[in-house]
Amino acid sequence: MVTAVFLVAAILAVVSAIVAVSHRDPVFNVLSLVVTFFCVAVNYALLGAHFLAAAQILVYAGAILVLFLFVIMLLGAPQTGGDEVKRPVQKSAGLALAAIVAVGGALLALTLKIAPAEAVPAANTQAIGRLLITTYGFAFELISVLLLAAMVGALVLVKRKH
Amino acid sequence: MAIPTAHFLILAALLFGVGAAGVLLRRSGIAILLGIELMLNAGNLALAAFSSQHGNLDGQVFVFFVMAVAAAEVAVGLAILVAIFRKGQSIDVDRLNILRW
Amino acid sequence: MLNLLWLVLVFPLAGAVALLAGARRFNHAITSAIGVGSVGLSLLVTLGSLLSYAGRHGEVVGMTLFRWIAAGDLAVDFSLRLDPLSAVMLFFVTFVGFLIHVYSVSYMHDEPPSAFARYFAYLNLFMFAMLTLVLGANLLVLFVGWEGVGLCSYLLIGFYFEKDWCAAAGKKAFIVNRLGDFGFLLAIFLAFKVFGTVDFAALEAAVAAHPELAAQWVTPIALLLFVGAIGKSAQLPLYVWLPDAMAGPTPVSALIHAATMVTAGVYMVARSSFLFAASPTALLVVAAVGGLTALFAATIGLAQNDIKKVLAYSTVSQLGYMFLGAGAGAFAAAIFHVFTHAFFKACLFLGSGSVIHACGGEQDMRKMGGLKKHMPATYWTFLVATLALAGIPFFAGFFSKDEILARVFAAGAGNLHGFGTAYLVLWGLGVIGAFLTAFYMFRAVYMTFHGEFKGGHEAEHHLHESPGLMVWPLRILAVGSIVVGFLGVSKAMVFNFGDPNWFEPFLHPVAPAVEVEGAHVGLGIEWMLIALSVGVAVAGIWLARRFYFGPEAGQRPARLAASMPGLYAAVANKYYVDEGYDRAIVQPVNKVAYALWKGLDTVVIDGTLVSLAFFTEITGDLLRFLQTGNVRNYSLMVLAGAVAAAAWLLL
Repeated sequence: MVTAVFLVAAILAVVSAIVAVSHRDPVFNVLSLVVTFFCVAVNYALLGAHFLAAAQILVYAGAILVLFLFVIMLLGAPQTGGDEVKRPVQKSAGLALAAIVAVGGALLALTLKIAPAEAVPAANTQAIGRLLITTYGFAFELISVLLLAAMVGALVLVKRKH
Repeated sequence: MAIPTAHFLILAALLFGVGAAGVLLRRSGIAILLGIELMLNAGNLALAAFSSQHGNLDGQVFVFFVMAVAAAEVAVGLAILVAIFRKGQSIDVDRLNILRW
Repeated sequence: MLNLLWLVLVFPLAGAVALLAGARRFNHAITSAIGVGSVGLSLLVTLGSLLSYAGRHGEVVGMTLFRWIAAGDLAVDFSLRLDPLSAVMLFFVTFVGFLIHVYSVSYMHDEPPSAFARYFAYLNLFMFAMLTLVLGANLLVLFVGWEGVGLCSYLLIGFYFEKDWCAAAGKKAFIVNRLGDFGFLLAIFLAFKVFGTVDFAALEAAVAAHPELAAQWVTPIALLLFVGAIGKSAQLPLYVWLPDAMAGPTPVSALIHAATMVTAGVYMVARSSFLFAASPTALLVVAAVGGLTALFAATIGLAQNDIKKVLAYSTVSQLGYMFLGAGAGAFAAAIFHVFTHAFFKACLFLGSGSVIHACGGEQDMRKMGGLKKHMPATYWTFLVATLALAGIPFFAGFFSKDEILARVFAAGAGNLHGFGTAYLVLWGLGVIGAFLTAFYMFRAVYMTFHGEFKGGHEAEHHLHESPGLMVWPLRILAVGSIVVGFLGVSKAMVFNFGDPNWFEPFLHPVAPAVEVEGAHVGLGIEWMLIALSVGVAVAGIWLARRFYFGPEAGQRPARLAASMPGLYAAVANKYYVDEGYDRAIVQPVNKVAYALWKGLDTVVIDGTLVSLAFFTEITGDLLRFLQTGNVRNYSLMVLAGAVAAAAWLLL
């Protein structure tokens, strides 16, 4: 049962990822990426990382990709095309490299001797919360500063000169 | 029966490869950023898989932070893209070759 | 006062540093005060030290200033040594040096302030180096002074360096000196290797303690040391720099090339007397070189027309006498001649400087004449010094030169080390040389001071006696040329009534003469020798008078020269020695240097550098194609690099 869920989620994730990367229309890309993220969230849940699953949907699908959509709309759903310099070397090299990474990683995963997953503590969210406040409290605060910096940076970058 | 960690890792590897392909092969800035997000997610998945395998929650905390950083990065990246669009009316990265020799 | 002996070195050094630092800002008065004052202070310390030393009866006083070299087995201190020998040298170096500094203030007053300061700075530096040489307690400190005087000689000969021939003369002096220094260095290395020390006292003890080592090594060491002396003291074959050195200002010639630097070779031989005394071969070589040089230089002096050149060749000749004496084992006699020679030769050079100054820079004696009535003080001091040089009784040179000739004769008669015949021949050469010396010096006196002035009416009006600062040193030196001789009156002269010779016993503890067995030259023979040397001198003066004095002056020698044109040309052109050196040594070396420059320096060394630069440029040209400006290319490269790194780490 669990395996079946996993397989479905996995295959759907890969397929929609490929669509997300290859389609011409940017909106389509974003929407299929949403599907991919949803499948990844499912995977998190299968791993017992419930908090992460929720965070994934909230942050990635709900915030980041929405931001993407905003910008696409802002820019008028632009597309690239037409008079492009054909770059066969770049394309083939890029494809080859990506393939190497994917296949190599997969093979590596298969050859590594890893013990099967153990049980995870049930109250996952609570445990993570405790960790965030205590052990990783400093990093937590730093992240807020980082987000602040990003906000300010983004504002500065898009400011229009009047 | 729990799913072996290796399966998750294979999935992560495949997603990463797809994301890399997107970064390297697309000309649109938005598509490149999407590819980057995909790669980050693949990494997150691998982290979560290892974390669950060791029974240690540190990996998941790491994933949390990576998500926050990814959000910040997307915000700034898109801001840059908008600024470039305003300048040259195009998001084709091949046009951004001022630093050429 | 003895423990302040090091101040003798410090004062001139400080003077030199101060003057070099402030050369542009000091005016003549300040420069004179510093330059002369430092040497004056040195002289005062010297006199004080010598007064304290007088009560010590020839004891050797050592003073270590600091540990200089400490490297494994070699531990050398910068030490000073005051003993009878260095006391004698110290005295006349500072005394004559001081007088020459005073003289220079007036002689060089036409120079602009920066050149004036430069002159005194170099002169002070020279005093420092010479005093270091004289006071050094070991071969290395002596060598520091040795090199220092060589450097100052170069700087001062080439003082008017804007003139090519002056700069060339400076270079010639330094390079020829260097050849001698090479031998000196080899001697130092050999001494250290064989006996393990370079300190004079320790070396002397080591030589006495290891007779088998000494028998083998003393001769090479002594000969190599003498090579250094040949260079520094201008003996055959390395004398060629001294006549050219007359390009420097005249007080420089007086100080360096008459009284002090050139005598450093004789001093060094006397210092190492224990080495030479142990090596009959070395002694003979020293005597032979000295004797031959004495005669050779005297012959050249016969035909020179530049007054300074006459004095230069005279110096070379007199140095030959000193080495002749040293080579006969009479080290004290040689040093005595150094002492008297310093006074009268310095007086002669300063006098010639006074003459040149009056004639407006003219140095050719054929354009002088009749200066006696215009410059009486210069004339009389010059005459006194010439009489001393010629060896006329009661003047200083007589006592010292006669002592040397008597000792050489005794070595010959007593068959010293079996080389009796050789020594006798050398004695003969010395006697002939004395005749020639008297002749050419009085030729110079007559041509310069007597007869009619031949330099033209314009110049004649400018003839005047030199100012006081120039004349008083002349007077003091002239008095010295008479007085100091009486320090070394030999026994024979007082018919063996006691021993009035103060010099010989004073130096005996540190430079004992080599005793000649079976040479009891009787009183009769001694007096015959004295009569011979005086007679020869008087004959020389008489001949000079016949040739160069009176209404027919110059005609007889002109006829004589015309009758043997080849010989005259050879002598007048210094036997073409310089031309010979040029062809045999200088030109080939130049060719080799040129070839090395063209072939090695420009092609190989410059080529390497240029090709390095070229290679860098090419690499840059190729690498710049990596920078396409295309984002996708960059990301490809980043990813490829990351994958490679990951692969490296994992596999």
